[in-house]
Amino acid sequence: MSDVAVHEADHGTHGHTTTTGLSNNKVAMWLFLGSECLLFGGLISTYMLYRGRVSEGPRPGNVFDIPFTSVSSFILLMSSLTMVLAVSAAQNRDDRGTTLWLTITALLGATFVGGQVYEFTAMYNEGLGFTTSLFGSSFYTLTGFHGVHVTVGIIMLMSLVGIIKRSTIPGDKAEVVELIGLYWHFVDVIWIIIFTLVYLIPA
Amino acid sequence: MTAATETHSEHDHSHDDHAQHGMSNAGYIRIAIILAAMTALEVSTYYVDFGALFMPVLLVLMVVKFFIVVSYFMHLKFDNKLFSFCFYAGLFLAVMVYVIALATFKFFAA
Repeated sequence: MSDVAVHEADHGTHGHTTTTGLSNNKVAMWLFLGSECLLFGGLISTYMLYRGRVSEGPRPGNVFDIPFTSVSSFILLMSSLTMVLAVSAAQNRDDRGTTLWLTITALLGATFVGGQVYEFTAMYNEGLGFTTSLFGSSFYTLTGFHGVHVTVGIIMLMSLVGIIKRSTIPGDKAEVVELIGLYWHFVDVIWIIIFTLVYLIPA
Repeated sequence: MTAATETHSEHDHSHDDHAQHGMSNAGYIRIAIILAAMTALEVSTYYVDFGALFMPVLLVLMVVKFFIVVSYFMHLKFDNKLFSFCFYAGLFLAVMVYVIALATFKFFAA
């Protein structure tokens, strides 16, 4: 392989010359994540404004189970480690290691989502419905959107595992894993903010 | 190419990849341990009274954890600056939306 081809492969340009010299896919992913900051910025702002508006139903301090959510947060945080190990394995062209770490990441993500479903069910049983109060509406919208993002991430991870096993990924396999990894880490950093602002800092 | 040379070549490639992103697997694990310790400190604020330091400690830990994950796990620290611009521009706008929304409700609250 020539030096130019190696350089292009390293930057994930699939052998095509781009005007920036960078992978267009990667630029697009970072732009998408930048726009996602705006989405979650709006949702977090709304929650912070409305979390004290409880006309009826339980207040935040009455329904949050901090020890349980702490464990969920830790699980999601550790899924970022397994994801970065999957990216590292993909860059080393280790398909076996890549599929293993991707599968573990998906399982950790599924555990987090399962915990969120349990949490929502417990809160609903305690009287906090989606329309009970402004706090309930903004809380379910914010954490629900995040949960949907994690679920989409799990679907992408498992799809990627299937595709790697069939070896049908076009272009640079490591870049595809890296792009999905970026999405997954983003979901994690958003939860870092939500966990502190929503759960740990009382209304 | 002999098997030994091939192995050496693969090793070189692996080394290049780590150099490209500035981290080895052991480095990632160290970062994860630091993040876990910071999370434990965050959770401890629920059980231990930090007094006036409660809010600053939580906010600082949140910001530091955020930038550790973005810088090291997402490789933004080692990647092209254009990626940083794409992401931080969105983040800056999001923070501005938050500040303006809170200020608006503060000033125009009944």
